[in-house]
Amino acid sequence: MMVVENTIDTFDSPSEERIAKDRYQTDAMWIYMGPQHPFSHGLWTLKVRVDGEIVTDAEPVIGYLHRGWEKEAENREYPKIIPMADRLCYSASMTYTHLYCMTVEKALGIEVPEKAEYIRIVADEICRIQSHLMWLAAVGTDLGNLTIFLWGMREREYWLDLNVRLCGQRMTTNYPRIGGVRNDTTDIFDRDVMRCTERFEKALWDLIDMIDSSSIYVSRMKGISRLTREQCANLGVTGPAMRGCGVDFDLRRDDPYGKYENIDFEVPVLTEGDTYARYMVRIEEMFQSCEIIRQAVRKINALGKNAPYRLKVPSKVPAGKAFCKLEDPRGESLMYLISDGTDKPFRLKVRAPLFTNISASRPMVKGVRVADVPAVMAMIDVCMGETDR
Amino acid sequence: MVSSMKDWMQYGDPMSNPYYPYDTYNVVYDLGFEVYQFLGGIVAWLIDLILPGNPVSEWLMSDAVVNAFSIIILALVIFLVIFVGVLISLWEERKVLGRFMDRRGTMVGMKGFMQCVADGLKTFMKENTMPKKIDKMTYMWTVSLIIGTSVLVACMLPLSDRFFIVNFDSGLLIVMALYALAPFFILVSGWSQNNKYSLIGGMRAAESMISYEIPMLIIVCSVAVLSGTFNIGGIVAAQNESMWYIIPLFVGFIVFFTCSCAESERSPFDLAEAEAELVEGWQTEYAGMKWGLIMLGDYLRGFASCAMISIMFLGGWNVAPFASDAVNGFLPEVVQLLKGWFVFFIMIWVRVALPRVRIDQILNLGWKVFMPLSVVNLAIAVLLKVGGVF
Repeated sequence: MMVVENTIDTFDSPSEERIAKDRYQTDAMWIYMGPQHPFSHGLWTLKVRVDGEIVTDAEPVIGYLHRGWEKEAENREYPKIIPMADRLCYSASMTYTHLYCMTVEKALGIEVPEKAEYIRIVADEICRIQSHLMWLAAVGTDLGNLTIFLWGMREREYWLDLNVRLCGQRMTTNYPRIGGVRNDTTDIFDRDVMRCTERFEKALWDLIDMIDSSSIYVSRMKGISRLTREQCANLGVTGPAMRGCGVDFDLRRDDPYGKYENIDFEVPVLTEGDTYARYMVRIEEMFQSCEIIRQAVRKINALGKNAPYRLKVPSKVPAGKAFCKLEDPRGESLMYLISDGTDKPFRLKVRAPLFTNISASRPMVKGVRVADVPAVMAMIDVCMGETDR
Repeated sequence: MVSSMKDWMQYGDPMSNPYYPYDTYNVVYDLGFEVYQFLGGIVAWLIDLILPGNPVSEWLMSDAVVNAFSIIILALVIFLVIFVGVLISLWEERKVLGRFMDRRGTMVGMKGFMQCVADGLKTFMKENTMPKKIDKMTYMWTVSLIIGTSVLVACMLPLSDRFFIVNFDSGLLIVMALYALAPFFILVSGWSQNNKYSLIGGMRAAESMISYEIPMLIIVCSVAVLSGTFNIGGIVAAQNESMWYIIPLFVGFIVFFTCSCAESERSPFDLAEAEAELVEGWQTEYAGMKWGLIMLGDYLRGFASCAMISIMFLGGWNVAPFASDAVNGFLPEVVQLLKGWFVFFIMIWVRVALPRVRIDQILNLGWKVFMPLSVVNLAIAVLLKVGGVF
């Protein structure tokens, strides 16, 4: 594996001593980007210290969207937390509900029917694709181009339609259940999926053609905000941002949950570690997700119409601890459940990937220009709902 | 004896008026002249009817007063025509942008044209907020000057050899000079707003302006070398006698097109108001009608640069080189407007396809690519002129 040198601290800007000497700090100034700023997708602030156009320091400030999610979960029965888990991140609702149900099933010690596992995989990957498409749309506006935004959102609509066919909802789906999924797939679901994936793979090439064949797009992303593998590990960066830095790790393959071990797919990894690599990883992940969806749908068909898709489960979870992790569109999300034998959790801890990824924003934006800050921060696909919880 | 109304209306040749300000025929002045002859004639006749033999009626129809009112009507008509032209280019941008992006664009009345009117009314009705700790004087004056110079630039460009406000021999130079004023006001305006985003936006405007003004001027010079004049009518006439300058000066055309995108702050080069990182750049603190007028000013500048490209490279208001006078003389104003809108269409296309460039990239492009290319362009023009091709 190629070892990438750390180039973050080699920008030419005034040294710390010079800034300290300057009593009024006329060289540098702090800019508050957020909480209401076009670049911050969600409510958060990135304080950046700029010297002219170059960012010399940054500090993320979060907490504007804190809703007390974890505390609120303690006051609800287990099934009633599923719609709340949808609201952790509306563009990753399927993965969060899946994760929650998986954690409770682990605490209950039950095995989910095979068909439900495959349906969950399909739902997860639809969720991943539509989340990545929304990310692509946001990258478009952050780079100052509205066409990518609208084309990305247009493609996303097809996947949301597929969500509707699967469970009747577009975004906050409330679909997985503890012990399975809410409903079986419809008769023509496999046909819809095949059509949608085939169409999408062509349409995605249009978007890639537009971005990758334009030298301005590429020059806005290439070589900017490099992170090394070591930095990724130290900062706790996960997900596509980590795989773009050369860390070959994906929970779906390396610590498979559900029935991912029966599915054959590749994990895109790039070693450059810059913004462009993170972009490429996400694009390739969309293609791989299409492949996963096709395989999972074939497995669902092979199981037949009458295979069970949901178990009856007791409403009270035996006292104990359970812990599950899952590959979210944005990284590794994790839930830790402590139950005291009642029908409500004693404690439900969520580890959101974005909470740690945002904390890496300081080394990421240090040394880039102000104009690059939106592009760099877009590549970790900020979602404040799960970060602040 | 009671005088007849017709005695007061002398529909003469406007050029026979001793105060006639131009050397050539001006159709808009003629229009103003006729309109004033009619309206002023009625007024003068009525006054004379009440007070026979009074001096006011004579004064109203004297040569100097007729000339003054004709010029006022001329200014109004030309501003209205340019204004409607700009509104149409605004509508064009919205519709074309929409179609490129797989959506419909504006849909409010008349295929979406009334959206411009609705936006104008909306900005009028918005609250005019102003931050507390600003330099109020500078804040107000700079925005007035930015809008004022934009209007002036757009109106200074003739639509044909009979549709103009002024006909200077140094026409193109004056237009370029007016064009170059706004970035300084933007810098001062960004400074006055007591806002970091505005400050950075203003700095960026000044930076990019300095790097783009020089290639533009060099290309204007190479056009002047080929045509032998800075007079806009002269440049168009010279192209009619040889060929459109887009063919010999293709390099210059590309550079000028890109530079004028940057000059009029259109999307791939709108660093001064980059909304992704600078909120709204130097316009952040302007609210209500001030912001609406700034937007209008932007489009006026875009319209003006399209008109300049049409005049300098695409043969201006002539349909084709060497075409007969009957063809070239048929509504030349419309031909000029259509060419301007065509160039604007390409600008929209560029906006659709490209992301915003970074400030270091734009400066590199300006100094390391466009500067040498414009000098090459000037060399081509000089060689062609010396070689006797033109």
